[in-house]
Amino acid sequence: MASNEESLNQEPVDEAALNEEASRELAAMVAEAEQSGTATDEESDDDALLSAPQSQAERAGVIEALIFVSDEPLGVKAIADVLKEDKEVIGETLKALAEEFNGRNGGLQLREVAGGWQFATRPEFHEHVRAFLKTRPSAKLTIASLETLAVIAYRQPVTVPEILEIRGVQSPSSIKTLLDKKLIVAKGRKDAVGRPMMYGTSKEFLLQFGLKDLSELPSVEDFHDLSGGS
Amino acid sequence: MNDDTPEERTVLLNVAGAVPQIVSDDNTDDLKILLGEFEGPLDLLLHLIRQEHVSIYDIPVARITDEYLHYLRVMQELDIAVAGDFLVMAATLIELKTKMLLPRDPLAPREEDEDPRSELVNQLLEYQKYKAAAEMLWSRATVEQAIFKRAELETDKNNPEVAVGLFDLLKVFQDILARHKEEKLLEIEREEISMAEMLERLRNMVMSAGELNLRVFFERARSRRELVLAFLSVLELVRTTEVKLFQRETFGDITARVAG
Repeated sequence: MASNEESLNQEPVDEAALNEEASRELAAMVAEAEQSGTATDEESDDDALLSAPQSQAERAGVIEALIFVSDEPLGVKAIADVLKEDKEVIGETLKALAEEFNGRNGGLQLREVAGGWQFATRPEFHEHVRAFLKTRPSAKLTIASLETLAVIAYRQPVTVPEILEIRGVQSPSSIKTLLDKKLIVAKGRKDAVGRPMMYGTSKEFLLQFGLKDLSELPSVEDFHDLSGGS
Repeated sequence: MNDDTPEERTVLLNVAGAVPQIVSDDNTDDLKILLGEFEGPLDLLLHLIRQEHVSIYDIPVARITDEYLHYLRVMQELDIAVAGDFLVMAATLIELKTKMLLPRDPLAPREEDEDPRSELVNQLLEYQKYKAAAEMLWSRATVEQAIFKRAELETDKNNPEVAVGLFDLLKVFQDILARHKEEKLLEIEREEISMAEMLERLRNMVMSAGELNLRVFFERARSRRELVLAFLSVLELVRTTEVKLFQRETFGDITARVAG
């Protein structure tokens, strides 16, 4: 076999000459590319010429692709901007797409979170996913931090003294933890004695607790019935 | 107090149904106390109310206060600094207990006939809601932790490495080459540098600073031959993955960085 190949490639290859030739060829290509304008300029020109999807199936396909490549939940507006279509049209298509996709009951779900759409695995497969990724669930928040977070989520913007009033206990370390984890953000100072800082939840909070937006939080009054009976 | 083997000392107490536990911390010599699940005085009160099977709307103040104080006493006996918030609640409870014992002032206006417990009850009810909300958040977080998003794509912003193509590299090279043509170089002595030396130079320059603007590197070359060697050495170090190339913006400078 080796002898066969040798006989085929009998002519010795002058590597240096070939390299030089390739280099010349590439140089010509670069020069040409420069003359016809930069690559990025062309892209933005193309952008304007993008044709609208011809069919509902195509529209759904494009949306699915965009959500897949987006590294964070993709909002309806961002999709509408690319497709140059009405937000309503995109919203309708998304709803149908999510229904179809999630109806498959596969390993992935198309879900709405933090004001956008994203693909994610289904929670029931977490053990296998973790085994593959070799990860452990990250440390959970303490009860104290969760209580503080609950008060902030439902009463925002809320000050430290107001949190103390509800919880009946000081929570400076909890607030620091929540700030460090970027679950809450300072929302300015309250126009009251001492001008205390007000806190509210962040987008990260929505992401980490899988919420579309704050209105998806169950009403705090409902919890009254839940635990008031005991 | 005089126990020299704290790691073997685990004290169990039963206070109001809760089980505070003293455990020794492996890392320090400190003894830690785990006081059940109480997050504050309201939490403890709620627990006592449930424990005693009494209605939150009709708290037997005397009984609950005794239980509450008993709990605090145990904490103090264990030499634990009782959080100030717990003491404030104790004072509130004692005040309530006194008010409940005293006969009502027959001359007091009718509005003051209000149940002295109502403020505490409202506080407890309010706290209870947020405690339940915290539990809801806890279960949401648990589900959320079981959900995984896709790993980052090569085009994601935090990975500019791929933005450098052969063309970009070649362009930097050509820019320098063009400049060299224009410059009249006055070569006083000619010292031929070998490929191995050029590789070594590049390695040193990248390693010493951690990263290196390739334009700077190419500009150091004093002849076309050196430039070619410089270019080849960049390709070689990228091939052997000793360095990675980054470009912050299109047509921006290309930076070589130590891989890893």
